[in-house]
Amino acid sequence: MKAVCWQGVDELTVERVPDPGILNGQDAIVKVLATTTCGSDLHLLGGYVSAMRPGDVIGHEFLGEIVETGPDVRRHRPGDRVVVCSIIGCGRCWACRHDLWSLCENSNPTPDLAETLWGGSTAGVFGFSHMMGGFHGSHAEFIRVPFADHNAFPVPEGVEDTSALFTSDAAPTGWMGADLGGVKPGDVVAVWGCGGVGQMAARAAMLLGAERVISIDRFPERLAMTARHVGSEVIDYTATDVLAELRERTGGRGPDVCIEAVGMEAHGLGPDQLYEQAKHQLKIEQERPFAVREAIFACRPGGSVFILGVFSGTVNRFPLGAMMNKGLTVRGAQQHGHRYIPMLLDRVARGELVTSHLATHIMSLDEAPLGYDMFKEKKDGCVRVVFRPDM
Amino acid sequence: MKRVVIGVVSVAGTGVVVGRWLASRRRASSPVKDPRAQHRWMAVTINCHPDDVAPDGRLPRPLAQLDVEVRVEKAPGDRGTELYARPRAPVPTGRAAVLARLRGDHPREMVRTALRQVKSLIETGEVLRPDPDLTRERPARAGRARAKVVDMALARAAGEERL
Ligand SMILES: NC(=O)c1ccc[n+]([C@@H]2O[C@H](COP(=O)([O-])OP(=O)(O)OC[C@H]3O[C@@H](n4cnc5c(N)ncnc54)[C@H](O)[C@@H]3O)[C@@H](O)[C@H]2O)c1
Ligand SMILES: [Zn+2]
Ligand SMILES: [Zn+2]
Repeated sequence: MKAVCWQGVDELTVERVPDPGILNGQDAIVKVLATTTCGSDLHLLGGYVSAMRPGDVIGHEFLGEIVETGPDVRRHRPGDRVVVCSIIGCGRCWACRHDLWSLCENSNPTPDLAETLWGGSTAGVFGFSHMMGGFHGSHAEFIRVPFADHNAFPVPEGVEDTSALFTSDAAPTGWMGADLGGVKPGDVVAVWGCGGVGQMAARAAMLLGAERVISIDRFPERLAMTARHVGSEVIDYTATDVLAELRERTGGRGPDVCIEAVGMEAHGLGPDQLYEQAKHQLKIEQERPFAVREAIFACRPGGSVFILGVFSGTVNRFPLGAMMNKGLTVRGAQQHGHRYIPMLLDRVARGELVTSHLATHIMSLDEAPLGYDMFKEKKDGCVRVVFRPDM
Repeated sequence: MKRVVIGVVSVAGTGVVVGRWLASRRRASSPVKDPRAQHRWMAVTINCHPDDVAPDGRLPRPLAQLDVEVRVEKAPGDRGTELYARPRAPVPTGRAAVLARLRGDHPREMVRTALRQVKSLIETGEVLRPDPDLTRERPARAGRARAKVVDMALARAAGEERL
């Protein structure tokens, strides 16, 4: 079959690789109908995520049709149209039973690396390095889905592929940020990043009752799209002082909940950026936590900050003093998608949650290298590229 | 086959990235060398009742095949059951230990793997098999040397950590 493979920093190729097969009784094989780029892939492409090997198939946010099931799959049968969570859960360990699916204790066959680097391992993730299990990704014609009863979700009839697709990763991630960030009716919520994840976080905050939601980015088309499809207020951080702006818009308090949806390649301005760039050149530190820092400074005393953006190692100049003295709650996680996906699919079906506008570009798998170039450089208003293997 | 290079090719190849990563992200090490490293218990917590770990006093297969000492305890709260194990015989030390780890037959490594398998078998009924490695099936190409660096990193990471 055809698949999109990581070959090295900023290098992707489209290759022929062997078709996947059933390896465990609870596996299903899914024929991929739609699979999309995610900001997390940019961290892989940039070489920021450890333990990638040349030839690894990337892609983790997808939807498809079940074509084969292992003997122990109960809830699905060939022909089912399913959205598959980017995170792999077993559904039966303590973490999965407590709805902490990205901490699944049985779905990562190579937990040693994470245990060495983080003091504990996390769930397997499709197409996301050998640290997360080395599973083949979804930018391919077919994919093996382990523990299929727990990781694949039937798509309601009438919901288009390109709408349901984003309930695999972007929408549950955003929802988790607002939900576990503790958004309550009456809150003011600020969201850093107007990519797929940030937009979904802003929409989730609204649906959870936030009184005001303010989204922050620098790309005019992304800001305009967020204002239009999500309905939040926006701030262009290259045009103003974000901290001053947020204080003024919140009666001097600062937002109650700050959601960071940018990640380790955050773009920065001024001396901070120069400092980080110098360190990057000297290979002292790879990750750039600008948005996290800003969120912690902006947050009202006693408020909460949720880090959705992916980080992988250590960062310097983390504002621990602000966090401790202002009494903030700071949390982060890879998404616990399984707890939200059925509810999100319902909301998409009812029209409460609009996702299809994120698919700004639709391409074939052969065009993936071009698609990633556009996504990375945010060319032509690109927010997400959706690949359709049947094109 | 299509080969397109995205954006500016970074001067840092993967090898550099991995090397940098290994150098910068070493596990936070304790200043004190573990005096009990050779015989510390290794453990997994299994989401089940203690009676279901060793029904009729019989150990689950992956552990039963090894020469191990085993302990079973109820975990605090709702956390299930703690299953502890360690090799009965003295484990190799020094050079022999390094070689055994590289060969994959270091007794502590084997116990650790068995504990994980037992946990997964009891909780899910299977041990998840990794996807086949596509890198090895591929003919020689520029990526091979870089892949080696990651392989080494992965092999080195197989140290004994929390289970
Ligand atoms: N936690 C999870 O499970 C999970 C799941 C999916 C994605 N992610 C992460 O979420 C992040 C966003 O993903 P995405 O797909 O939306 O990516 P994206 O690249 O499309 O969007 C990121 C946005 O952040 C903006 N940005 C950059 N620097 C900024 C700054 N200093 N302040 C405000 N905005 C800034 C960019 O302009 C861009 O629009 C990534 O780090 C990704 O890895 C996490
Ligand atoms: Zn993602
Ligand atoms: Zn689990």
